[in-house]
Amino acid sequence: MSFLSTIINGLSVGGMYALVAIGYTMVYGIAKMINFAHGEIIMVGAYITYVVFSLMGMPVIVAVLASIIGCALLGVVTEKVAYKPLRNSGSLAVLITAIGVSYLLQNLFLLIFGSAAITFPDFLPKGQIHFLGMSISYVSALSLVLTCICTFLLLLFVNTTKLGKAMRAVSEDKGAAELMGINVNNTISLTFAIGSGIGAVGGVIYGLSYSLINPYLGAMLGIKAFIAAVLGGIGDIKGAMVGGLLIGLAEAFTITYISSTFSDAVVFGILIFILLVKPAGLFGINVREKV
Amino acid sequence: MKKKDIRQFILSFALALVIYGAFMFAMNSGIINSYWSGILIVACINVVLSTSLNLASGYLGQLTLGHAGFMSVGAYASALCSIYLGTSFIVSLFIGALAAALVGLLIGIPTLRLKGDYLCIITLAFNEIIRIIMLNIGITNGAKGLMGIPMSTNFTIVFFSAVITIYVIYSIVKSRHGRAIISIREDETASELAGIPTSYYKILAFTISAFFAGLAGGLYAHYITILIPKVFDYNKSVEILVMVVLGGLGNLKGSVIAAIVLTILPEYLRAFSDYRMLLYAIVLIAAMIIKEKNLMPHIKEKFSKKKDENKEVAE
Amino acid sequence: MALLKTEGLGIQFGGLKAVDEFNFEIDKNQLFGLIGPNGAGKTTVFNLLTGVYKPTSGQITFDGKSILKMSPTQITQFGIARTFQNIRLFKNMSVIDNVKVGLHHSQNYSLIASVLHTPNYYKGEEAIEEMALSLLRVFDLDQYAQVKANNLPYGKQRKLEIARALATSPKLLLLDEPAAGMNPTETAELMETIKIVREKFSIAILLIEHDMKLVMGICEKIAVLNFGTVLAFGTPDEIKNNPDVIAAYLGDEE
Repeated sequence: MSFLSTIINGLSVGGMYALVAIGYTMVYGIAKMINFAHGEIIMVGAYITYVVFSLMGMPVIVAVLASIIGCALLGVVTEKVAYKPLRNSGSLAVLITAIGVSYLLQNLFLLIFGSAAITFPDFLPKGQIHFLGMSISYVSALSLVLTCICTFLLLLFVNTTKLGKAMRAVSEDKGAAELMGINVNNTISLTFAIGSGIGAVGGVIYGLSYSLINPYLGAMLGIKAFIAAVLGGIGDIKGAMVGGLLIGLAEAFTITYISSTFSDAVVFGILIFILLVKPAGLFGINVREKV
Repeated sequence: MKKKDIRQFILSFALALVIYGAFMFAMNSGIINSYWSGILIVACINVVLSTSLNLASGYLGQLTLGHAGFMSVGAYASALCSIYLGTSFIVSLFIGALAAALVGLLIGIPTLRLKGDYLCIITLAFNEIIRIIMLNIGITNGAKGLMGIPMSTNFTIVFFSAVITIYVIYSIVKSRHGRAIISIREDETASELAGIPTSYYKILAFTISAFFAGLAGGLYAHYITILIPKVFDYNKSVEILVMVVLGGLGNLKGSVIAAIVLTILPEYLRAFSDYRMLLYAIVLIAAMIIKEKNLMPHIKEKFSKKKDENKEVAE
Repeated sequence: MALLKTEGLGIQFGGLKAVDEFNFEIDKNQLFGLIGPNGAGKTTVFNLLTGVYKPTSGQITFDGKSILKMSPTQITQFGIARTFQNIRLFKNMSVIDNVKVGLHHSQNYSLIASVLHTPNYYKGEEAIEEMALSLLRVFDLDQYAQVKANNLPYGKQRKLEIARALATSPKLLLLDEPAAGMNPTETAELMETIKIVREKFSIAILLIEHDMKLVMGICEKIAVLNFGTVLAFGTPDEIKNNPDVIAAYLGDEE
């Protein structure tokens, strides 16, 4: 593979990571928890698209919308049922519960669909787009375009709307936000809904890129996207996008120039490096403990 | 103090011997069949894992998700010694534990500056990197699995390994070193300003914890006789952490009970094999919520009363 | 020679000079008061003296040695102990274990000794137990020895924190608003205890307090801090009559 196509490949996979990472980063920013089940929500998103498009024969746009809405609802419900009761508990309790939710979703889908991979509907046109002398597959182009659009819209939402302001306030200080008349519960629900909805888009891209889906797909995808979020500085939406793209590139270059067996190791290596050198991530600010 | 302590020590040791004798009798006379004997061995290995992780996560208060990584280092190191160097079983176990402790030390030095979720995720990353290394270096035979490990582990060795692990960790916790470790969990800054060399104790506790994880790995390797890297992925680390959390952080007795229950319970669920993991997930979520929301005040009260009477469990 | 001496001590957070050109001296066995309005930088001075913050300028000499390069742990071992404005006990440990953590370095039995329960271990543990109890007795806390620190009433928690600090056998004890949140009777009682502590352990004490009258009552020397710099320095009488102090501090109060 040439250098250029490695870059395009990396950016395309990276775009998918970015879409998933946004969910991690938003939830961490506001609920201060690693939503370990986020990867599984993405998996559910891919399955919803498959069911609505392939099994029910609905148009693509309906399938994708159903997947976004389904994931958003699932995100809200998991928060209400599993995380909300633990809002004031230590991070360990929340972490284990999130892992529990991830096991639950994974095994539920194993029961329903079996462990064998299912062919994801290929609704994009075949062939390649030729652009400035490069050829890009439709999935790659779509992945990149969607990542940019989603990040842009989200930033616009968070920075300019009233609800976005409420989100930022809750992420700063839940108690103070509540005293200012912000409905903290609704704001947290909204965050989970948006994060999971955008994640669903990532799930669709996953299906299109790899054309096979199974109930385990969320585990590694989730961890890598989380690493992307940490790399960019957790809690920072821009950071999640940049982090996702960088992780995608690192992976693509490792596969092309070293070996595919080490691509995961490189990603974990990046995580270790960034946490040891600048734990707050590329865009984060270190906070000093008050004594 | 000294007399009381020695009396308690002799009593506990006698109790351990009685339990051991009872199990040996039950196994030899066929009351416990060989299938359940095997499960008991796994339960004892899990006791070693959960009590040792409790030192790092419960007493020291550092959330780690890499215990399976240390276990795999111990497993591979001891298995390779037995296969290629022909060392005796006990020596192999010891080398495995030391290798895990060394890796624990090397990982602990840079990572223990991090706290909470970050530490958790970085230990997970190390866990996965160790797994990928085991998968790709020639001597471990990668995904095909390391075979030909002598089957040396029996109930006697795992039982006494578990007893020794509990005893060592209990003794550490009850000493000035243990108090230093617990004070770090309570308030690291205050601990530092009470003169405790916190970095030293964090790394020490982490290394001891890795040592026993390595011991458990060696026992596992010489029981299963084939090692596959996938067994030691982060799901295994989660499994051990769940035992510690459900048993109670900083509660050794709880770790022991949780390790045994969580090893045996799934066997009873075999009838529902398809739903087993699903049930496990639901139990896990429910247990965490019940525990954190204190939905069992009565049970808990009874529990803490018992604790005071026995004065055995340091919290 | 002074026990503790700072020269040109300063620290900046971002562009803000939290403490600037801070010079003062404490003698052996002296009761020294550090006062000043909210946000004057009093606690920051404590954080600098105990190594929690590293100063951006200046020098700190303690017992004839510079402590700038020492870690908080080393500084504590070298003889400066402190309490915190917002109590920081080891909440889930028993009262006596809190003090025992402070006594960590009073014994030196090894990790192996504690696992093997050697005579050395028992000797050490018995000595620690005894010392901890006698420290608790000074503060009338011995009957609570086995109580969880978190379950102590507020005033007793403050005392326990002082006991824990004393357990490190300091030469200088820093008390950060020890009377905060106490009623007048409790405060008076605490001040008595502080005096007794100084006599009994023959140590120097540096006290941060809001309550001017209180500090005037027991301290031999006082430094007034305002906007991170020393506004005045002297005996209580000198401070009382210092026009700058009256303007900046007393003037607001009365």
